[in-house]
Amino acid sequence: MAYQLNVNGKAMTADVDPDTPLLWVLRDTLGLVGTKFGCGIAQCGACTVHADGAPIRACMTPIEAIGDAKITTIEGASALEVGARVQKAWSELDVAQCGYCQPGQIMSATALLTQNPSPTDDDIDAAMAGNICRCATYVRIRAAIKRAAGQEA
Amino acid sequence: MGIVQNITEGFSPSRRAVLAGGGAGGLILAFSFAGKGAAADGLAKLNAYVQIAPDGIVTIVSKNPEIGQGIKTSLPMLIAEELDVDWANVRTVQAGNDPVAYGRQFAGGSMATPLHWDQLRQVGAAGRAMLISAAAADWGVEVASLTTEPGVVVHAASRRRATYGALTAKAAAQTAPELSSLKLKDASAYRIIGQPIPQVDTAAIVTGQPLFGIDMRLPGMLYAAYAKAPVFAAKVASVDLSAAQGVKGVRKAFVVEGGTELDGLLPGVAVVADSWWAANKGRQALNIQWTDHPTSSQSTEGYAGQARSLKAAKGGKTLRSDGDVEAALAASAKTVEADYFYPFLSHATLEPQNCTAHFHDGKMEIWAPTQLPEPGRQLVAKTLGLAPENVIVHMTRCGGGFGRRLMNDYMVEAAWIAREAGAPVKLVWTREDDMRHDFYRPAGFHHFRGGVDASGNITAWADHFVTFGEGEATARSAGMAPTEFPAQFLDNYKLDVSMMPLGVPTGPLRAPGSNAIAFVVQSFIDELAHAGGVDPVEMRLRLLSKTAAAGGQGGLNAERMAGVVRLAAEKAGWGKTTLGPRQGQGIAFHYSHLGYFAEVAQVAVTEDGTVKVEKVWIAADVGRQIINPLGALNQIEGSVIDGISEMYGQITIKDGQVEQANFDTFPLLRIPDAPVIETHFIKSDNPPTGLGEPALPPVVPAVTNAIFAATGKRVRSLPLNASELAAG
Ligand code: FES
Ligand code: FES
Repeated sequence: MAYQLNVNGKAMTADVDPDTPLLWVLRDTLGLVGTKFGCGIAQCGACTVHADGAPIRACMTPIEAIGDAKITTIEGASALEVGARVQKAWSELDVAQCGYCQPGQIMSATALLTQNPSPTDDDIDAAMAGNICRCATYVRIRAAIKRAAGQEA
Repeated sequence: MGIVQNITEGFSPSRRAVLAGGGAGGLILAFSFAGKGAAADGLAKLNAYVQIAPDGIVTIVSKNPEIGQGIKTSLPMLIAEELDVDWANVRTVQAGNDPVAYGRQFAGGSMATPLHWDQLRQVGAAGRAMLISAAAADWGVEVASLTTEPGVVVHAASRRRATYGALTAKAAAQTAPELSSLKLKDASAYRIIGQPIPQVDTAAIVTGQPLFGIDMRLPGMLYAAYAKAPVFAAKVASVDLSAAQGVKGVRKAFVVEGGTELDGLLPGVAVVADSWWAANKGRQALNIQWTDHPTSSQSTEGYAGQARSLKAAKGGKTLRSDGDVEAALAASAKTVEADYFYPFLSHATLEPQNCTAHFHDGKMEIWAPTQLPEPGRQLVAKTLGLAPENVIVHMTRCGGGFGRRLMNDYMVEAAWIAREAGAPVKLVWTREDDMRHDFYRPAGFHHFRGGVDASGNITAWADHFVTFGEGEATARSAGMAPTEFPAQFLDNYKLDVSMMPLGVPTGPLRAPGSNAIAFVVQSFIDELAHAGGVDPVEMRLRLLSKTAAAGGQGGLNAERMAGVVRLAAEKAGWGKTTLGPRQGQGIAFHYSHLGYFAEVAQVAVTEDGTVKVEKVWIAADVGRQIINPLGALNQIEGSVIDGISEMYGQITIKDGQVEQANFDTFPLLRIPDAPVIETHFIKSDNPPTGLGEPALPPVVPAVTNAIFAATGKRVRSLPLNASELAAG
């Protein structure tokens, strides 16, 4: 079935089964491979994208549930004022090791800072606990969020 | 379709030859030399790393796989430093698998820094020498009268200057100098080495550009899922292929006969489809029955029972016996006896195993996130009956390695399926596939007996190690060297080993061997310190004050280790910090991968037994030079948190199968539990060594020793068990 989608501000069409998770539509049908597959059961956050600005796990969100929500992926993050700021902080502190989790981390951090421009450590913990970094770059993730929030440590 | 995401950069020697011959005018450095690592496999080497374009842009090849250790940045830094160029003008590209051009290409053992420190600086220096020779010939002056500034050759006397870009074509015609004749820079002159330089792929990572194996796309590419037996190497007894073929989008479903080698192509059923989701749906419809397999009776409980019997039998092979342990124990003021256990662990790279393969024109072309491409190529050639020269492996960035991708099982699966499918195929494992078909960190059992004299000095140490293996052969990564500390630091030392058979594949996990042995050895030292009434730091310094001939892995230098022990204790305020109830500090050290690490952990244990690691102080001696401090700290912090993470999870076996399947049952540490980390380096006058692994092992016993300090409860078995650590 053909679904009309709005991804990163562009109209796109995906002809897929209704139960196909958004993750695989993005990656395989639309060729937007920045959103990552890590677990498939909403445990790791690698697949985090925004639906109308809210972070969702694309691996557990069937395409039929998207409706007319505006989807933003890591490929569209730079177009968001906060997203660009987060990416800049991530680059300056060189947060990544392997980098595989980082698109999901950046999308979660961007959603956090959009809602809460000055998060406390507890706010950061709460918003980022769903994103696993197997390389354990957590020290820098925290520092980068603070830098993006203008609260230099 | 039509979208091609070829994420490899294809800097192959043939392409370079075309560039050179095609009048691009670039300097291409090609050198013959037999490096240490290179000589081992007996191949003739012609290494090619550097190209300088007329506009001054320098392209440097990174020969090794990038798994998050930052090698694609740090190895080119070595070349760029001695070439004397601006880092801003450097572009790096990933080499393909090409052992003839680059020697051994691998990510493992934290070996890249020690193997390439001299070698790649010489490559850069050779390039600089050729540029200088070209300018000397041009200007008719002595080579000795010329110097360089970044990207420019300078003749001070006549104030003449020529950019590398302008000299590149002439330099390419110069004879490459003898590498041993080159004088390398003094460290005080470094402009690149020692600078905090972000990874070369950072911009692509933060914007979600295709980089990883799983991001590969080819025209006409199909997607595959592959079902293997939950009991390792069991065969397909029956399967409903038509059920899979009935799923929309599925092109083909077929049985793969496979073999019995656990690190080769195992039997299974492949489903190939237009999308991965369809392939995986088809796979779920297969209703596969597997044959019974001899290892289906194995279990974690069974291993523990056998280990108890083997321990009681007191047999085992003696790997080392110094002095007279029994007499020394009998004469000790106090003795301690303790059983330790650590479980199987999964690597759980965040990018699940995957590989893209395309069989065309009689050649198998592969794009693989692998830590060890050449053996993968050989495995594919052998399994598919192809000549090795007809198998081409491109290396992609890896979404984590940790040793998992030293195995190439997914590579041979993708190759087999792609040939059968008659189309380019990307095989992607589910997380469940990944966790249930890993090469696990082997579990292990240690029965310790030790003694102390009236002054608290260790008098005797006996370790009966019960591990896995059959006959003379230890299971992969399940051995222990007879040189492992504290061997050679005690007069009376004994190591016995017993083995039981294992049907579960094992393999190296980050800091293999060390990640488990540090836990048991450094914990038991702590037990003896407390038995002898000696402070744990003092006990370690006493042990290290015995000058020992040589320890494990090339020789533990006791002075270097004592140095980091003192520094870690000092920075942590050891013995001087006021700690609350159920709060404690623990110390441990371990030598591995040529690196000296001592770590102090501070923990707080709640009433219900939950352990929170609050802070870790690290003292490290990895030689005189940190190549890239930005990457170095990231590796250390990651290793330390990785080590703590490994204390909370385990892989268990039941009916020959792995019980855990995903992150809900095999937890990884998350951001709220990440401790504060403080790292200090001792810059000793030794060649620089690697940082991918050695920071990990000491943190585990540092934490368990801190738990003892906080609660009086000794953790002798992992994972941590909150109910055992609860108050009361
Ligand atoms: S892939 Fe979606 S949360 Fe892990
Ligand atoms: S950087 Fe590797 S998983 Fe986060």
